[in-house]
Amino acid sequence: MSLTDQEVRHVAKLARIELPDAELERTRSHLNTMLGLIEQLQAIDTTGVEPMAHATELVLRLREDRVTEPDRRDACQAVAPAVENGLYLVPKVIE
Amino acid sequence: MNAPETVKSLAAKLAAGEASAVELAQDYLAKIRAANPAINAYVETNEDATLAEARAADALRAEGRAGPLTGVPLAHKDIFCQTGWHARCGSKMLESFAAPYDAGLIERSRAAGLVTLGRTNMDEFAMGSTNESSFYGAVRNPWNTGHVPGGSSGGSAAAIAAGLAPAASGTDTGGSIRQPAAFCGISGIKPTYGIVSRWGMIAYASSLDQGGPMARTAEDCALLLNTFAGFDERDSTSLQRPAEDYTRALAQPLAGLRIGLPKEFFGDGMADDVRAAVDAALATFRSLGAVTVDVSLPRAGMSVPAYYVIAPAEASSNLSRYDGVRYGYRAPEYGNLDDMYVKTRAQGFGAEVKRRILIGAYVLSHGYYDAYYLQAQKVRRLIAQDYEAAFAQCDLIMGPTTPNTAYRIGQNDEDPMAMYLGDIYTTSVNLAGLPGMSIPAGFGAGGLPVGLQIVGRWFDEARMLGAAHQFQQTTDWHLRIPG
Repeated sequence: MSLTDQEVRHVAKLARIELPDAELERTRSHLNTMLGLIEQLQAIDTTGVEPMAHATELVLRLREDRVTEPDRRDACQAVAPAVENGLYLVPKVIE
Repeated sequence: MNAPETVKSLAAKLAAGEASAVELAQDYLAKIRAANPAINAYVETNEDATLAEARAADALRAEGRAGPLTGVPLAHKDIFCQTGWHARCGSKMLESFAAPYDAGLIERSRAAGLVTLGRTNMDEFAMGSTNESSFYGAVRNPWNTGHVPGGSSGGSAAAIAAGLAPAASGTDTGGSIRQPAAFCGISGIKPTYGIVSRWGMIAYASSLDQGGPMARTAEDCALLLNTFAGFDERDSTSLQRPAEDYTRALAQPLAGLRIGLPKEFFGDGMADDVRAAVDAALATFRSLGAVTVDVSLPRAGMSVPAYYVIAPAEASSNLSRYDGVRYGYRAPEYGNLDDMYVKTRAQGFGAEVKRRILIGAYVLSHGYYDAYYLQAQKVRRLIAQDYEAAFAQCDLIMGPTTPNTAYRIGQNDEDPMAMYLGDIYTTSVNLAGLPGMSIPAGFGAGGLPVGLQIVGRWFDEARMLGAAHQFQQTTDWHLRIPG
């Protein structure tokens, strides 16, 4: 199978990546090539096989319920594009 | 010709008082100034920071508090968060980013007194096998500057091959330590998943990413793995195990060692020059007393397709954090919030990263999840089971690290598929979570290095490093330097 222009636009929207019309054809072609590669998986019989989500069969650890992280707001916000009074600035979302 | 310096030789000089950490650092910094512009292995140096670390190491030694590696210089891949340095991860998205904390591997490196020479170039967000996807320019292979060094840890591999660092950190998601090690004629090991902390290691595909050392010799890799490995409670997949000495099997003779040769790794895809070098390396192992046995990994051919579902799926989730709000790049002009996101990400990510995010979003999207993502996870288990079955017949598995020697720069520009398929021998190891390494096995056409891959059972790094070390006692491929 191969992706249509509409499907490529939909995926770009899901991924929050602007996709100008000029790049659509090239992107679609590359994605279809990758899809051709991963389509090969359909030929493998995986009946009854448990999916392997991770490299090790880990059980998540529990930790003590205590504060381990110091307050480093200033250091962390020093690398943000736009900050004011300890808050991250973004365009207005509620009119 | 003098033998090139190694971690071990430099540590010995420091211990004997023949050199100070400051002198070693100054020596390497001068070499970097002279030679780095031609190969672009380092993306950042900071001589003041390096020399401050070196002075601190010398002070520790003067106080009698030096560890075995205190004062030895090394380079770090630009993927590890490190205070005082940028962590740009090969991306425009993180051009302004300097981490406010140290990665687990960096903490361990600092605690051992290792001195940071600089930060090494890499494919953007570790997505690539050539280093050409770096926003900071391609790295050149020191053996032939018309060729790539491999990727994604290509800067680390090239720096070592060019003598601009004795060792470096790397990360490996589908071969990113082993493949550049093979292309640049050095040694590198991707440990068992969970051995080296992923805390502060910028994420690509979290169930596959693993940090590890790259160096000239297997012995150096063992010394550095002793430093890098260990439990970190901040990494939820870090394994709680007793500390190991990874040098413990270096002197072990190879008599009786059973080396499995998967027939799928010796098929038609391999270039003749790679085959010749790998065959000769295997003959050397037999001459040292090892025996080779034929094994099979029937689903190994499916590892690249499975990888290109699982890694992009995890990447599309991991890289959703780059939204222009908390760190990194933000588009200069935008309308509403959504417009800010889509423009920031369109401008901040390069083409290869966008491709992988998009295919990842697709395989996770409604209606395709079962057909692609779940199916890939099932195939992943079959690949891991194939390895388990093969290891019932052998102690280690060996084969070529890559089907070819280093690509020409620009060779894969129009067709990334050839580059993806070049990872055919390495990706299965990450999918199974096994340790894998690459060591120099000779040279192919045009004098480009060939790598031999060694894969072990889970947690069998010491045996792999020991076999590699024994091989390096009777060969000198790992000591050759570009002319």
